[in-house]
Amino acid sequence: MGNGTSIGRVRGLGAAHSGSHHWLIIRYTAIGSLLLTVWFGVSLLLLPNLSHATVLEWLSRPVPAIAMGLFILVNIWHARLGIQVVIEDYVHEQANKFACITALNLAAFAGAAFGLFCVIRLALGGA
Amino acid sequence: MLSSILHRATGIGATVGIAVLLWWIGALVAGPEAYATFAGHASSWYGLVVLVGVSWAVIGHTVTGIRHFVLDIGAGYELERNNLWATACTVLGFVLTALFWALLLLR
Repeated sequence: MGNGTSIGRVRGLGAAHSGSHHWLIIRYTAIGSLLLTVWFGVSLLLLPNLSHATVLEWLSRPVPAIAMGLFILVNIWHARLGIQVVIEDYVHEQANKFACITALNLAAFAGAAFGLFCVIRLALGGA
Repeated sequence: MLSSILHRATGIGATVGIAVLLWWIGALVAGPEAYATFAGHASSWYGLVVLVGVSWAVIGHTVTGIRHFVLDIGAGYELERNNLWATACTVLGFVLTALFWALLLLR
Protein backbone atom coordinates (compact mmCIF):
# COMPACT_ATOMS: atom_id res chain seq x y z
CA MET A 1 0.00 0.00 0.00
CA GLY A 2 2.18 2.83 -1.29
CA ASN A 3 5.34 4.44 0.01
CA GLY A 4 6.15 6.80 2.85
CA THR A 5 5.95 6.51 6.59
CA SER A 6 3.11 4.99 8.58
CA ILE A 7 2.11 8.34 10.07
CA GLY A 8 2.10 9.85 6.58
CA ARG A 9 -0.31 7.16 5.44
CA VAL A 10 -2.46 7.69 8.50
CA ARG A 11 -2.72 11.39 7.72
CA GLY A 12 -3.66 10.48 4.18
CA LEU A 13 -0.70 12.29 2.70
CA GLY A 14 1.34 10.53 0.02
CA ALA A 15 4.42 11.88 -1.73
CA ALA A 16 2.39 14.59 -3.47
CA HIS A 17 0.62 15.64 -0.20
CA SER A 18 -2.71 15.84 -2.00
CA GLY A 19 -3.27 12.50 -3.69
CA SER A 20 -5.85 11.15 -1.27
CA HIS A 21 -7.96 14.30 -1.68
CA HIS A 22 -7.94 13.81 -5.47
CA TRP A 23 -8.73 10.12 -4.99
CA LEU A 24 -11.68 10.92 -2.73
CA ILE A 25 -13.17 13.59 -5.01
CA ILE A 26 -13.03 11.10 -7.90
CA ARG A 27 -15.19 8.76 -5.75
CA TYR A 28 -17.58 11.48 -4.57
CA THR A 29 -18.18 12.72 -8.11
CA ALA A 30 -18.51 9.10 -9.31
CA ILE A 31 -21.48 8.61 -6.95
CA GLY A 32 -23.21 11.70 -8.32
CA SER A 33 -22.34 10.71 -11.85
CA LEU A 34 -23.74 7.20 -11.32
CA LEU A 35 -27.12 8.52 -10.10
CA LEU A 36 -27.41 11.17 -12.83
CA THR A 37 -26.22 8.85 -15.63
CA VAL A 38 -28.99 6.40 -14.73
CA TRP A 39 -31.43 9.33 -14.67
CA PHE A 40 -30.22 10.51 -18.08
CA GLY A 41 -30.34 7.05 -19.70
CA VAL A 42 -33.82 6.26 -18.35
CA SER A 43 -35.05 9.72 -19.39
CA LEU A 44 -33.85 9.21 -22.96
CA LEU A 45 -35.71 5.89 -23.08
CA LEU A 46 -38.91 7.37 -21.58
CA LEU A 47 -39.10 10.35 -23.95
CA PRO A 48 -41.54 9.59 -26.79
CA ASN A 49 -38.93 10.75 -29.32
CA LEU A 50 -35.83 12.94 -29.49
CA SER A 51 -37.22 15.71 -31.69
CA HIS A 52 -36.34 19.36 -31.02
CA ALA A 53 -39.80 20.15 -29.61
CA THR A 54 -39.91 17.11 -27.33
CA VAL A 55 -36.45 17.59 -25.85
CA LEU A 56 -37.03 21.35 -25.50
CA GLU A 57 -40.27 20.77 -23.58
CA TRP A 58 -38.52 18.19 -21.38
CA LEU A 59 -35.55 20.37 -20.44
CA SER A 60 -37.76 23.43 -19.89
CA ARG A 61 -39.23 21.78 -16.82
CA PRO A 62 -37.53 22.62 -13.49
CA VAL A 63 -36.46 19.18 -12.27
CA PRO A 64 -35.03 17.91 -15.59
CA ALA A 65 -33.27 21.27 -16.06
CA ILE A 66 -31.64 21.08 -12.61
CA ALA A 67 -30.73 17.43 -13.09
CA MET A 68 -29.21 18.18 -16.51
CA GLY A 69 -27.19 21.07 -15.02
CA LEU A 70 -25.87 18.76 -12.30
CA PHE A 71 -25.30 15.96 -14.84
CA ILE A 72 -23.08 18.26 -16.93
CA LEU A 73 -21.22 19.67 -13.91
CA VAL A 74 -20.50 16.42 -12.09
CA ASN A 75 -19.38 14.64 -15.25
CA ILE A 76 -17.06 17.46 -16.30
CA TRP A 77 -15.64 17.54 -12.76
CA HIS A 78 -15.14 13.75 -12.74
CA ALA A 79 -13.68 13.75 -16.27
CA ARG A 80 -11.37 16.67 -15.39
CA LEU A 81 -9.90 14.61 -12.53
CA GLY A 82 -9.72 11.40 -14.57
CA ILE A 83 -8.03 12.97 -17.59
CA GLN A 84 -5.57 14.65 -15.19
CA VAL A 85 -4.48 11.19 -14.02
CA VAL A 86 -4.07 10.05 -17.63
CA ILE A 87 -1.94 13.14 -18.40
CA GLU A 88 0.19 12.62 -15.30
CA ASP A 89 0.72 8.98 -16.27
CA TYR A 90 1.83 9.57 -19.85
CA VAL A 91 3.17 13.14 -20.09
CA HIS A 92 6.39 13.32 -18.10
CA GLU A 93 8.11 16.38 -19.55
CA GLN A 94 7.34 19.28 -17.17
CA ALA A 95 6.49 21.94 -19.78
CA ASN A 96 4.27 19.56 -21.76
CA LYS A 97 2.53 18.44 -18.59
CA PHE A 98 1.92 22.06 -17.58
CA ALA A 99 0.49 22.81 -21.04
CA CYS A 100 -1.75 19.73 -20.97
CA ILE A 101 -3.13 20.46 -17.49
CA THR A 102 -3.71 24.10 -18.44
CA ALA A 103 -5.58 23.09 -21.60
CA LEU A 104 -7.57 20.56 -19.57
CA ASN A 105 -8.59 23.22 -17.04
CA LEU A 106 -9.59 25.67 -19.77
CA ALA A 107 -11.65 23.01 -21.56
CA ALA A 108 -13.32 21.86 -18.33
CA PHE A 109 -14.36 25.34 -17.20
CA ALA A 110 -15.37 26.43 -20.72
CA GLY A 111 -17.46 23.28 -21.11
CA ALA A 112 -19.11 23.75 -17.73
CA ALA A 113 -19.89 27.42 -18.43
CA PHE A 114 -21.28 26.61 -21.88
CA GLY A 115 -23.38 23.70 -20.59
CA LEU A 116 -24.85 25.66 -17.68
CA PHE A 117 -25.56 28.66 -19.91
CA CYS A 118 -27.48 26.41 -22.32
CA VAL A 119 -29.46 24.70 -19.55
CA ILE A 120 -30.39 28.00 -17.86
CA ARG A 121 -31.41 29.51 -21.18
CA LEU A 122 -33.61 26.50 -21.95
CA ALA A 123 -35.14 26.49 -18.47
CA LEU A 124 -35.91 30.21 -18.48
CA GLY A 125 -37.45 30.07 -21.94
CA GLY A 126 -34.84 32.05 -23.82
CA ALA A 127 -34.69 29.57 -26.68
CA MET B 1 -5.15 -6.04 -16.70
CA LEU B 2 -7.63 -5.75 -19.56
CA SER B 3 -10.24 -4.50 -17.11
CA SER B 4 -7.94 -1.72 -15.94
CA ILE B 5 -7.08 -0.64 -19.49
CA LEU B 6 -10.75 -0.77 -20.47
CA HIS B 7 -11.75 1.39 -17.49
CA ARG B 8 -9.27 4.05 -18.61
CA ALA B 9 -10.22 3.76 -22.29
CA THR B 10 -13.96 3.96 -21.57
CA GLY B 11 -13.28 6.91 -19.25
CA ILE B 12 -11.67 8.78 -22.14
CA GLY B 13 -14.54 7.69 -24.40
CA ALA B 14 -17.06 9.00 -21.88
CA THR B 15 -15.21 12.34 -21.90
CA VAL B 16 -15.77 12.46 -25.66
CA GLY B 17 -19.41 11.83 -24.76
CA ILE B 18 -19.47 15.08 -22.73
CA ALA B 19 -18.44 16.96 -25.87
CA VAL B 20 -21.28 15.30 -27.81
CA LEU B 21 -23.69 16.12 -24.97
CA LEU B 22 -22.63 19.80 -25.04
CA TRP B 23 -23.06 19.91 -28.83
CA TRP B 24 -26.54 18.38 -28.44
CA ILE B 25 -27.57 20.89 -25.73
CA GLY B 26 -26.02 23.76 -27.70
CA ALA B 27 -27.92 22.75 -30.85
CA LEU B 28 -31.10 22.55 -28.78
CA VAL B 29 -30.60 26.14 -27.61
CA ALA B 30 -29.58 27.39 -31.08
CA GLY B 31 -32.92 26.31 -32.57
CA PRO B 32 -34.58 23.77 -34.86
CA GLU B 33 -32.18 24.32 -37.77
CA ALA B 34 -29.05 23.74 -35.71
CA TYR B 35 -30.79 20.79 -34.06
CA ALA B 36 -31.54 19.32 -37.49
CA THR B 37 -27.85 19.66 -38.40
CA PHE B 38 -26.89 17.80 -35.23
CA ALA B 39 -29.55 15.14 -35.82
CA GLY B 40 -28.31 14.72 -39.39
CA HIS B 41 -24.77 13.99 -38.22
CA ALA B 42 -26.02 11.88 -35.29
CA SER B 43 -28.15 9.63 -37.50
CA SER B 44 -25.48 9.22 -40.21
CA TRP B 45 -23.35 6.06 -40.22
CA TYR B 46 -20.34 7.82 -38.64
CA GLY B 47 -22.60 9.56 -36.12
CA LEU B 48 -24.09 6.24 -35.06
CA VAL B 49 -20.59 4.76 -34.74
CA VAL B 50 -19.69 7.62 -32.37
CA LEU B 51 -22.98 7.43 -30.43
CA VAL B 52 -22.85 3.64 -30.00
CA GLY B 53 -19.19 3.93 -29.02
CA VAL B 54 -19.86 6.74 -26.55
CA SER B 55 -22.85 4.92 -25.01
CA TRP B 56 -20.75 1.79 -24.61
CA ALA B 57 -17.96 3.88 -23.04
CA VAL B 58 -20.37 5.51 -20.56
CA ILE B 59 -22.17 2.27 -19.65
CA GLY B 60 -18.97 0.20 -19.52
CA HIS B 61 -17.19 2.83 -17.41
CA THR B 62 -20.17 2.96 -15.06
CA VAL B 63 -20.19 -0.83 -14.59
CA THR B 64 -16.43 -1.13 -14.06
CA GLY B 65 -16.66 1.97 -11.85
CA ILE B 66 -19.11 0.15 -9.57
CA ARG B 67 -16.60 -2.73 -9.52
CA HIS B 68 -13.97 -0.23 -8.33
CA PHE B 69 -16.25 0.83 -5.46
CA VAL B 70 -16.40 -2.81 -4.34
CA LEU B 71 -12.61 -3.13 -4.64
CA ASP B 72 -12.24 0.16 -2.69
CA ILE B 73 -13.88 -1.39 0.37
CA GLY B 74 -11.28 -4.13 0.22
CA ALA B 75 -13.51 -6.89 -1.13
CA GLY B 76 -13.03 -9.17 -4.12
CA TYR B 77 -9.23 -9.41 -4.30
CA GLU B 78 -9.11 -13.23 -4.27
CA LEU B 79 -7.66 -14.28 -7.63
CA GLU B 80 -10.60 -16.30 -8.93
CA ARG B 81 -13.29 -13.94 -7.70
CA ASN B 82 -11.36 -10.95 -9.03
CA ASN B 83 -11.02 -12.54 -12.48
CA LEU B 84 -14.66 -13.57 -12.50
CA TRP B 85 -15.96 -10.05 -11.77
CA ALA B 86 -13.48 -8.38 -14.10
CA THR B 87 -14.81 -10.54 -16.94
CA ALA B 88 -18.43 -10.25 -15.81
CA CYS B 89 -18.28 -6.43 -15.68
CA THR B 90 -16.71 -6.21 -19.13
CA VAL B 91 -19.39 -8.50 -20.60
CA LEU B 92 -22.14 -6.65 -18.70
CA GLY B 93 -21.00 -3.38 -20.30
CA PHE B 94 -21.61 -4.80 -23.77
CA VAL B 95 -24.91 -6.43 -22.76
CA LEU B 96 -26.33 -3.26 -21.17
CA THR B 97 -25.25 -1.19 -24.19
CA ALA B 98 -27.06 -3.61 -26.52
CA LEU B 99 -30.11 -3.50 -24.22
CA PHE B 100 -30.09 0.32 -24.17
CA TRP B 101 -30.04 0.54 -27.98
CA ALA B 102 -32.67 -2.17 -28.32
CA LEU B 103 -35.01 -0.26 -25.98
CA LEU B 104 -34.21 3.03 -27.70
CA LEU B 105 -34.86 1.74 -31.21
CA LEU B 106 -37.88 -0.43 -30.33
CA ARG B 107 -39.87 2.08 -28.27
